[in-house]
Amino acid sequence: MIVDRLQQIGSRTLNRFNRVGRGSLFLWQIIICLPYMIQRPRLLVRQLYYVGVQTLLIILVAGLFVGMVLALQAYIVLVDFGAEDSISLMVSLSILRELGPVFTGLLFAGRAGSALTAEIGLMKSTEQLSGMEMMAVNPMKYIIGPRFLAGVIAVPLLTSIFMAIAILGGFFVATEMLGIYEGVFWSQMQNNVDFYEDLINGMIKSLVFGFVVVWIAVFEGYDCIPTSEGLGQATTRTVVHGSLAVLGLDFILTALMFNV
Amino acid sequence: MIFDNIDMDIERGKVTAIMGPSGTGKTTLLKLIGGQIKPDKGSIFVDGENVHKLSQFALYDLRRRTMGMLFQSGALLTDLSVYDNVAFPLREHTSLPEQAIHHLVLLKLEAVGLRGARYLMPAELSGGMARRVALARAIALDPEMIMYDEPFTGQDPISMGVLVKLIHDMNHALGMTSVVVSHDVNETASISDYIYVISNGRVVQSGAPDELKHSDSAWVKQFLGGLADGPVPFHYATNSLMDDLMEGFKRTKP
Repeated sequence: MIVDRLQQIGSRTLNRFNRVGRGSLFLWQIIICLPYMIQRPRLLVRQLYYVGVQTLLIILVAGLFVGMVLALQAYIVLVDFGAEDSISLMVSLSILRELGPVFTGLLFAGRAGSALTAEIGLMKSTEQLSGMEMMAVNPMKYIIGPRFLAGVIAVPLLTSIFMAIAILGGFFVATEMLGIYEGVFWSQMQNNVDFYEDLINGMIKSLVFGFVVVWIAVFEGYDCIPTSEGLGQATTRTVVHGSLAVLGLDFILTALMFNV
Repeated sequence: MIFDNIDMDIERGKVTAIMGPSGTGKTTLLKLIGGQIKPDKGSIFVDGENVHKLSQFALYDLRRRTMGMLFQSGALLTDLSVYDNVAFPLREHTSLPEQAIHHLVLLKLEAVGLRGARYLMPAELSGGMARRVALARAIALDPEMIMYDEPFTGQDPISMGVLVKLIHDMNHALGMTSVVVSHDVNETASISDYIYVISNGRVVQSGAPDELKHSDSAWVKQFLGGLADGPVPFHYATNSLMDDLMEGFKRTKP
């Protein structure tokens, strides 16, 4: 009984490491196939549409509401100290440094990551990937590469859109509902938000999140057990592991970037 | 272990059939030849090259030059129409103008009788039709060798006849080497030059169709004749029916 348990733990651990190894090899294979994108830009553009443009709506709505809620919460706290003029500072810093990249990463994992896994997994189970290989078309170049690169490009773009719309949402609530002067709102932000410290660091975060989430998504699809059950598990894993990776990496990156 | 010490020659320009009961690894054999899976031991040569010793680039080059494969499921790309599916290898591997591709695609589809279905999506096709489209796609580049995985399954008698004739004609007119994996004994025997019958990972018997028909091996007789009784086990290996039934009896005992 105990030996059984131990064996189980051992084989599971080995499996984990095996997967990490396969995942890394897979990433390497993708990277050496990326130059092919220069020859076939249309493949990339198509995937940018599916991965990026189709995620836009949820990003816009989420961004707007996050910004509006932040402004309300900030007001409630700051008004006690008579510091409600700093509302734009609180909104913009939390959006640029944390919420923009993290929210976008999480939403991307849920909306586009799961779709990528399901699509690639279904292609595997219907032998489309094998069929392509036998037609001497490398699926790494034709299927995986464009999806991966599209994700890596789309996430920072989606993040910047999320940031912009969230700040606008905050602006709307602060000026229209809470009676903050427009000029105060913008000048506070202008004086205190640093381009490199805040914006660039946030964008670096989003680049890392996009890379990791889309890597997990395409790998889970490519590596899934080609049955309906295996595909369901792979899709779930994409969302769970992708989200956890975003949150974990956010902590590490924040610690590194802001010299705490 | 799937194959045990198996040795086969597939002659250039001939139709070679591989037959055997379900689950003997016939599809696996085709995937081994195509270099999609690696054998633990042994080697496979296609056109003088050891498939599993090639670099990835060389393997893709070999596949492009010499191999076509018809998958059991068809393996059509579901986001492309029938027309685009057949055009896919042409667009990927040749720099032909779109006009020439149009002609080629329509001719290949005409050969399998589905020129009229060119605007349909793969999801709208029946299994048999999908496999015919896949055949048109597999022959689009006129490969030197084509591997058919169960080409006749799910075909009505007419399309079956057409396919049999098509495989035979391509072999004769173009000198295409064909490997046919199939259960349909009569159809396959009618077009093949040489037949390998495999079971349990071994070649049970091989020879020209006539030789096999007159074989005295009880195994081959039973398989080709489709008889229920004989040395070939129909049942998946397990303990006796009696024991299995008694098992259930024991369990329900109070």
